[in-house]
Amino acid sequence: MSNVPAELKYVDTHEWLRVEADGTVTIGITDHAQELLGDVVYVELPEVGANYAAGDTAGVVESVKAASDIYAPIAGEVVAINEELPNAPESANSDPYGEAWFFRVKPANPADLDGLLDAAGYAALIGA
Amino acid sequence: MTALQRTPLFEAHVAAGGKLVDFAGWELPIHYGSQLKEHDTVRSDAGVFDVSHMTVVDVTGPDATRYLQHLLANDVAKLGVEGKALYSGMLNQRGGVIDDLIVYRTAWDYRVVVNAATRTKDLAWMREQAVTFHVELTERPELAMLAIQGPQAIAKTKAAKPELAALIDSLQVFQGLPAGEWFVARTGYTGEDGLEIMLPGNEAIAFWNALLVAGVAPTGLGARDTLRLEAGMNLYGHEMDDHVSPLAAGMGWTVAWNPPERDFIGRKVIEAEKANGPAFKQVGLVLEGRGVLRAGQIVKTSAGDGVITSGTFSPTLKLSIAMARVPSAAAGTVEVDIRGKLEPARIVKMPFVRNGKQVFE
Repeated sequence: MSNVPAELKYVDTHEWLRVEADGTVTIGITDHAQELLGDVVYVELPEVGANYAAGDTAGVVESVKAASDIYAPIAGEVVAINEELPNAPESANSDPYGEAWFFRVKPANPADLDGLLDAAGYAALIGA
Repeated sequence: MTALQRTPLFEAHVAAGGKLVDFAGWELPIHYGSQLKEHDTVRSDAGVFDVSHMTVVDVTGPDATRYLQHLLANDVAKLGVEGKALYSGMLNQRGGVIDDLIVYRTAWDYRVVVNAATRTKDLAWMREQAVTFHVELTERPELAMLAIQGPQAIAKTKAAKPELAALIDSLQVFQGLPAGEWFVARTGYTGEDGLEIMLPGNEAIAFWNALLVAGVAPTGLGARDTLRLEAGMNLYGHEMDDHVSPLAAGMGWTVAWNPPERDFIGRKVIEAEKANGPAFKQVGLVLEGRGVLRAGQIVKTSAGDGVITSGTFSPTLKLSIAMARVPSAAAGTVEVDIRGKLEPARIVKMPFVRNGKQVFE
């Protein structure tokens, strides 16, 4: 059974979002996503300073069996990336909501967050 | 859509926590929790795979040898004594590979084991070619098949099934012999020592459970793929297919050119290809840049473009490896197009891993 923390926002491409105190948004992949992927062996992150529209490809996560894109769930500028993650890609399996965050964006329009799935909506989507 | 077929071990996979997926029309486990862990267990200890989806065909009759000498690019005349096994391609008239298979010399003539994904096509082709021979083909769908692989595979299988111990001890590598309705072969697909055992489907769960009690780990077909790739072993539909010659697929060593009068299907075409020098060859690649090599990626070499036929992250080596079909003159360092970025890779001699250790330099 996948873990879907109540305090996060979600999108249907299986990224989670957490709004930080400074208004930036941390993004990673969900527990459900890492279960589908299997053993994660490689992660490619965006560059700090990159600007994305919602739905743009912002990175890649590769498991033993396949490569999957990571999408920017909202428009904004990348202000930080998780430098540790490429060295420990397996943490995407063990701690998808903690150690294995992917990147942080400054939202172009904070109102974009309002349209995202809440935990109940995402849990319903994945049948959790 | 037709329902997925299930092997006699379906309930055992569910009980062992298998993640079941559609595998060539069969509902089989891709892993039982972690593909990486299962891979490592086969390299260091012993794992068991359910390969009951593979197709077993017994070939009998006065023309059995002549038939197989016509059907296969390798020559069953090499199988001097009962028990010996041979790896071969089965070619079409254009010299493409219909399938790769293992043929065993048996007391009843021959046993052939072909792939699951190609079952229908293979059997149709084999029956079509059999028309002009006094030969009978008997499918054995009632047999289950388990592959037990790894450095402890033989010891643990003997512990699980002591009555097979003497037979197992008598087998050399690439030999198989019957034990009643069972058939025990010292073959495999992982680069490790091990066994492939065919047995009546209704005895499969008891044997599986005995193996688990003996400490053999249930292992999914995901690990089977990374293990075979590390071992440099071809997979049908990747390294070869109906349009790829055995010479371009690294199977030149399996073609028996002598005696020159043996007229196997496809011979003329691949003989001409060999005389002219094959345009493509199979190589191993080790990624030196970033990412993971995957089937279908383009390989840029000084001699022209090639393509990756299988690629993965190697759990044993902790880097990405691949098998590729490249122009015959290609050598040294190449570049692979990984999602639009050219990353350097090095051509190496396969296998990548043998007996748990890196082989290439």
